[in-house]
Amino acid sequence: MPPDPVARNAILVAEDIIVRFDTPEGPLTAVDNVSFEVRQGEFLSVIGPSGCGKSTLFNVIGGLLSSHEGIVSVAGETISGPHKSIGMVFQEESTFPWRTVTDNVAFPLELVGMSKAKRVERARHFISLVGLDGFENRYPGELSGGMRQRVSLARTLACEPSILLMDEPFAALDEQTRLLLGDKVLQIQQQLKQTTLLITHNITEAVQMSDRILVMTYRPGKLKRVVEINLPRPRTSEIVGSETFGRYVAQIWNDLREEANRGMRDEEQNALRQEEQAL
Amino acid sequence: MTTADTPLVASDRDSVARLVGFGTFVASLLVTEAVIRIGWLNRFIVPPPSEIVASFGRLFTEEHIAYRFFFTAGECLIAGIMVTICGIAIGVLMQRYKLLQRSCETWVAAFASAPLVLTYPLFMVIFGRNAWTIIMMGFLSALPPVILKTIEGISGTRKVLVNVGRSFNLTATQQFWKILFPAALPTIFVGIRLGLIFALINVVGTEFLINFGGLGQLINDLAERYDLAGTYAAICFVILVSVLFFMALEKAERWLRPVD
Ligand SMILES: Nc1ncnc2c1ncn2[C@@H]1O[C@H](COP(=O)(O)OP(=O)(O)OP(=O)(O)O)[C@@H](O)[C@H]1O
Ligand SMILES: [Mg+2]
Repeated sequence: MPPDPVARNAILVAEDIIVRFDTPEGPLTAVDNVSFEVRQGEFLSVIGPSGCGKSTLFNVIGGLLSSHEGIVSVAGETISGPHKSIGMVFQEESTFPWRTVTDNVAFPLELVGMSKAKRVERARHFISLVGLDGFENRYPGELSGGMRQRVSLARTLACEPSILLMDEPFAALDEQTRLLLGDKVLQIQQQLKQTTLLITHNITEAVQMSDRILVMTYRPGKLKRVVEINLPRPRTSEIVGSETFGRYVAQIWNDLREEANRGMRDEEQNALRQEEQAL
Repeated sequence: MTTADTPLVASDRDSVARLVGFGTFVASLLVTEAVIRIGWLNRFIVPPPSEIVASFGRLFTEEHIAYRFFFTAGECLIAGIMVTICGIAIGVLMQRYKLLQRSCETWVAAFASAPLVLTYPLFMVIFGRNAWTIIMMGFLSALPPVILKTIEGISGTRKVLVNVGRSFNLTATQQFWKILFPAALPTIFVGIRLGLIFALINVVGTEFLINFGGLGQLINDLAERYDLAGTYAAICFVILVSVLFFMALEKAERWLRPVD
């Protein structure tokens, strides 16, 4: 492998990322020495149990967190804040309740000073891409949680970022919608040749969509394993039934089970400790 | 089917409640009327409701209450505009500069619960016996809720919305006008609604106290002339106006706030 990341076609590189938080119980290492790179056009997933530091890593790569060690670079350029070629989809509900669906999706276009007629047209395109035709003039409050998440996705897609960074974007969706929307995202990603980093705790989702999967450990969040997914593309959610798919899922679950167990034990102990303190 | 079997739908229940409310009101008027006519209540302390109702017409023809109303409304409007601009601006500054917030928030909150109307002599000295004294009293009493609700609204903006703005590389100004301010607007509007109600109360109160201006002065005037029925009718008019004003503000607020 050539030593230069650019030569290896790596567009996004994270090197030795360490994030510590000060908590009332003392310092907490949320992300411990994580390094990886995402190649141009690649679909990479980061999977790990709840509380392992996935969102923290997401914030570091998105440039929203500055109190970390290590370097994130995009196309060889070290970032020191939100980078214009990275589009972020957040885990929490993040639509603007005071804007209609169209105005939500047109938000980034408005910022670059696109004319109203043009941005409405563009917004329409992305709204229909995520399957929300007919809801253009509704407010987020009138939509279901899953639909709102699709609005956020469309809003981020509307500025056509070359790198798409998503933090559990489908967590609020039911399984059927999740699979179908997963197909849509894959389609869009292949069309736009977007480099995508998906953060998830859903194994099926990760295998369905990714070229590679990084498995994280529970606290401190380290990289445990990298799994290459050699499933043919273009993929659709039908692949979920195949035998190879099942093998990948089983392999990753094997890795994750141990971590998830550790996480659960940890949380139980925390709960017990809190109960004792309360007494 | 008997009526007991048909469940009441919400709108039915609303109209029943309204009917009962109105019925109670009418009944209490009738009881008062009766008690006064029997002589259990001195009619020189409380005039019979029938006389109060009868003097409403007089208020319009002889006392020009409509003109008084517009005078008071004008004072409230000016106080309202001032408080909206200053209150929001001060709130934004206090939220932005934490030192200012930490040092001032407590006494702004204390101001909100203080009987500010007692400071009217001070404003009489500064502005004289004119509409500005009244407007300033309304303005001052309306200020604390607008400031406090502005701070609350902006501080309460969900972190993720701020992060969305950051991820789109918004400048500080854009971040404020495109995210913080609209996110805070429903809360700010609650502050403005409370403020306007405080302003109305204090405007009428100050008019009464300094015997100048609109509705408050009219009440003062009628009372001095010992026109009891007229006084009570004017008071009823003020109450009616306040209630309608309050309801209009609530409507406006609901209309402004998108469903969430
Ligand atoms: N600002 C913060 N201050 C202190 N601790 C934090 C902070 N943010 C996160 N943490 C802690 O860091 C750890 C990782 O949090 P993070 O949100 O990254 O987890 P996650 O993997 O995204 O979890 P989930 O799957 O539930 O979203 C958690 O233990 C959390 O309590
Ligand atoms: Mg998370």
